[in-house]
Amino acid sequence: MTLRNSDRTRFAAGAARAAGPAAAQRRARYRAVRLRAIATLRLIASLLAAALLCAGCGLHEDLADFTFLNREPETIDPGLVSDPNGGIIALNLWEGLTTRDPQTLAPAPGMARAWEVSADGRNYTFHLRRAAWSDGRRVTSADFHYAWTRLLEPATASKYAGILYPLEGARAFNAGQSRDPGQLGLRCPDDSTFVVRLESPTPYFLDLCALPSLLPVPRWAVEQQGDRWLRPGNIVTNGAFVLADWQLNRRMRLQRSPTYWNASAISLDVVDALPGDYINGNFNRYTSGVLDWVDGSGIPLAIVDQLRTRADFHSSPNLTTFFYRFNVTRPPLSDVRVRMALYHAVDAQAIVEHVTRGGQQPAHSLVPPGMPGYTEAQLAGYQPELARDLLAQAGFPDGRGFPTITLLFNTSESSKQIAEVVQQQWSKELGIHVELRNQEWKVFMATTRELDYDIARGNWTGDYLDPNTFLEIWSSGSGNNRTGFASAEYDSLIARAARTLEVARRMELLRRCEEIVTQRECIILPVYYFVETRLFDGARWQGLQPNLLGLLDLKMVRRTTAKASAAGAVGAVGAVGAVGGVGAVGAAAPAVASGRSR
Amino acid sequence: MRSFLARRLLSTIPLLLAIVVGSFLFMRLAPGGPFDTERALPPAVQANLEARYGLHQPLPQQLSLYVGGLLHGDLGPSYKYVGWSVREIIAQAFPVSLTLGVLALAMALVTGIPLGLIAALRHNRWPDRLAMGIALLGICVPNFVLGPLLIIVFVFQLRLLPVGGIGSLQQLLLPAVTLGALRAATIARLMRAGALEVVGQDFVRTARAKGLSERQVVLKHVLRPALLPVISYLGPATASILVGSVVVEQIFSVPGLGSFLVNAALNRDYTLAMGTVLLYSALLIALNLLVDVLYSALDPRVELG
Repeated sequence: MTLRNSDRTRFAAGAARAAGPAAAQRRARYRAVRLRAIATLRLIASLLAAALLCAGCGLHEDLADFTFLNREPETIDPGLVSDPNGGIIALNLWEGLTTRDPQTLAPAPGMARAWEVSADGRNYTFHLRRAAWSDGRRVTSADFHYAWTRLLEPATASKYAGILYPLEGARAFNAGQSRDPGQLGLRCPDDSTFVVRLESPTPYFLDLCALPSLLPVPRWAVEQQGDRWLRPGNIVTNGAFVLADWQLNRRMRLQRSPTYWNASAISLDVVDALPGDYINGNFNRYTSGVLDWVDGSGIPLAIVDQLRTRADFHSSPNLTTFFYRFNVTRPPLSDVRVRMALYHAVDAQAIVEHVTRGGQQPAHSLVPPGMPGYTEAQLAGYQPELARDLLAQAGFPDGRGFPTITLLFNTSESSKQIAEVVQQQWSKELGIHVELRNQEWKVFMATTRELDYDIARGNWTGDYLDPNTFLEIWSSGSGNNRTGFASAEYDSLIARAARTLEVARRMELLRRCEEIVTQRECIILPVYYFVETRLFDGARWQGLQPNLLGLLDLKMVRRTTAKASAAGAVGAVGAVGAVGGVGAVGAAAPAVASGRSR
Repeated sequence: MRSFLARRLLSTIPLLLAIVVGSFLFMRLAPGGPFDTERALPPAVQANLEARYGLHQPLPQQLSLYVGGLLHGDLGPSYKYVGWSVREIIAQAFPVSLTLGVLALAMALVTGIPLGLIAALRHNRWPDRLAMGIALLGICVPNFVLGPLLIIVFVFQLRLLPVGGIGSLQQLLLPAVTLGALRAATIARLMRAGALEVVGQDFVRTARAKGLSERQVVLKHVLRPALLPVISYLGPATASILVGSVVVEQIFSVPGLGSFLVNAALNRDYTLAMGTVLLYSALLIALNLLVDVLYSALDPRVELG
């Protein structure tokens, strides 16, 4: 027997009558609850449908010609840019007085088609080419005048203002001691002539002109839009690309600028810079073809041995040295013999072979190789016998009586592994015990600044191709020194080098500075020179050759005409899962990796 | 009901205020500041930076300024991302997290309910054991293991799905499954328990006795009442999915709010961290309230008051 709906209602009503009013109430309430439950489910279902629709929107977006990994920068404002990722974007959006040859990195004409330097090396006269901003206005010397003044303006609070201190009057103006921008050594005789007067001859000044901080800035856009002048639609650029889209942590889209003076030479129309903090995720995106190019933040350390043998793995020297700082104010590290002993007991070769494994080279100097015209002050390297002798001379034969000191590093897997090897080497060679301590980055920065450490991890990246960028930081007043080292002799050598015009003589002075830092005082312990590691298909892309400064010049990038290989099918060996931690969250993530070959 | 709501809403105000003050103080207690970098800043620049963001003022004044801004819906500027306000960042990233969360919840419902129902109807037979085995797996395998496993299988072996990111529905499929797995398993177990209880009830026997087909019995008489515990679980499940998507977002490169929260804390981006914490707190409170209201709607024995 089946009951139709109406029958059932009648049936229920009859039952209710039979069981009395209490049962009827219960049933009515149950029905109400059921109805409400159904309504709730319907609501949830419609919400789901709406969400699915929303997720689907923006579905068929144009694909970019080229995509690369670029961590979300703090800013791309030339006046404020301070991280390499912001620099990469800025240098592709704007063009400075000079640009760099992508191979040699030598300064080449940019917005300036030609320039003259006075005999004393202090006056630079730049002749600007006829070029237009992306809104059609002409690029004039006033744009550079505005940008450089803005960089130095104390209110701008630029972290990189110091890069322009060679300019006459810049230091005082930036410190707020002189408020008159007219005191700066900048003149604009006409729209296409820009005259710069320097404090002292600065042989690397043309090199500085190619840095992101010295790019021109459109005054009208900044003044009209304020903080929002960098947003797509507001931003005005004079370089090869314009910014078409910018969503934080999601995407930056660059589009070829039709107003660029050399626009016809550019091959890429649309380029996407995709951010990502998670190394394994970045690698997966590269392997599956989402990214055409990744730097070291897309190369998991756990599989670097496999990757190194692949054709799309590229490793090249970079202007960065990894070292340990000694706090020279704290015994026993105040004794140079102890510092030397610690240096000679470290086998850097073992570290680059077994820990970093990306093609890094053991460091024998502070200044990495590759500085034009400069020969580094070389250290002797791993000498365990000598190390033991030095430690004995300092009063700790075989490490006896040596207090327990602490090796401080910032929280990161590779820093930890290196520190563990160093700890073990010191224990084996010198018989001393060093404790390891890690601190999260910002805490680490505060601790080292306050000299509240014994030995601390450090590294330094050169801004320009001159040893000065590695050496001036050890001056006594420098906030980047952070070792407690202070020497009047050193300060005067740095100052003399800055005044010296003759190249060989200047390099000699700088070399003496480096000798003091490493050979004589040993305030730091160089471990290795960084390399840039990249993954990209060299058969498919031209113009991605790595360079010392890690620049990515999108003007030069073009797809080879040869048969394009299938996306990602460059002999991927490993699809890597959750190896290592997910930032601070999954620090204890177990390794789940799968190797496979195609 | 109305007075209950009014009271609950009023009581959230001091709670949220306490959260603001607490997160403000904890952020400031942590050593290091938003402008500490590898390169030391000249003192003049440091002072200017701090002045720009009002960090030179005494703490109580900073706090009162922040709270004053909150009242106008102003969450302040981000210290890390120059020129971006916290509100803009949240407006850009939160919908992504929300979409992912809702999808995950849908996944959980779509898989959990049938699984639990089948298990209950084939009680103690192999489908029950299989379904509950799967559910146990879903509860035990953490998402940072499940996510990469799914990537290996579906992205690299079968080549069916993209590896992550955002822009299309397919990209969100794997993260949604990863995020929803634990909840799907819980729903399956709840559904099974609920259905088992209902199946033994008189009205089900009556329905069977009337000669209804098994299909009708299950869909019309068993499913609806058995769903009640699942529905009441949806509140806490939604909250935990929305707040707990940080790891999944990382693994699948989904640009949601999760990574902003973690990075903001690490970068000492005070305003962004506080804004995110505040949003998550408000969300939790709202969902808890919703659950309480739902309980009373679904079960008349629960009195609000």
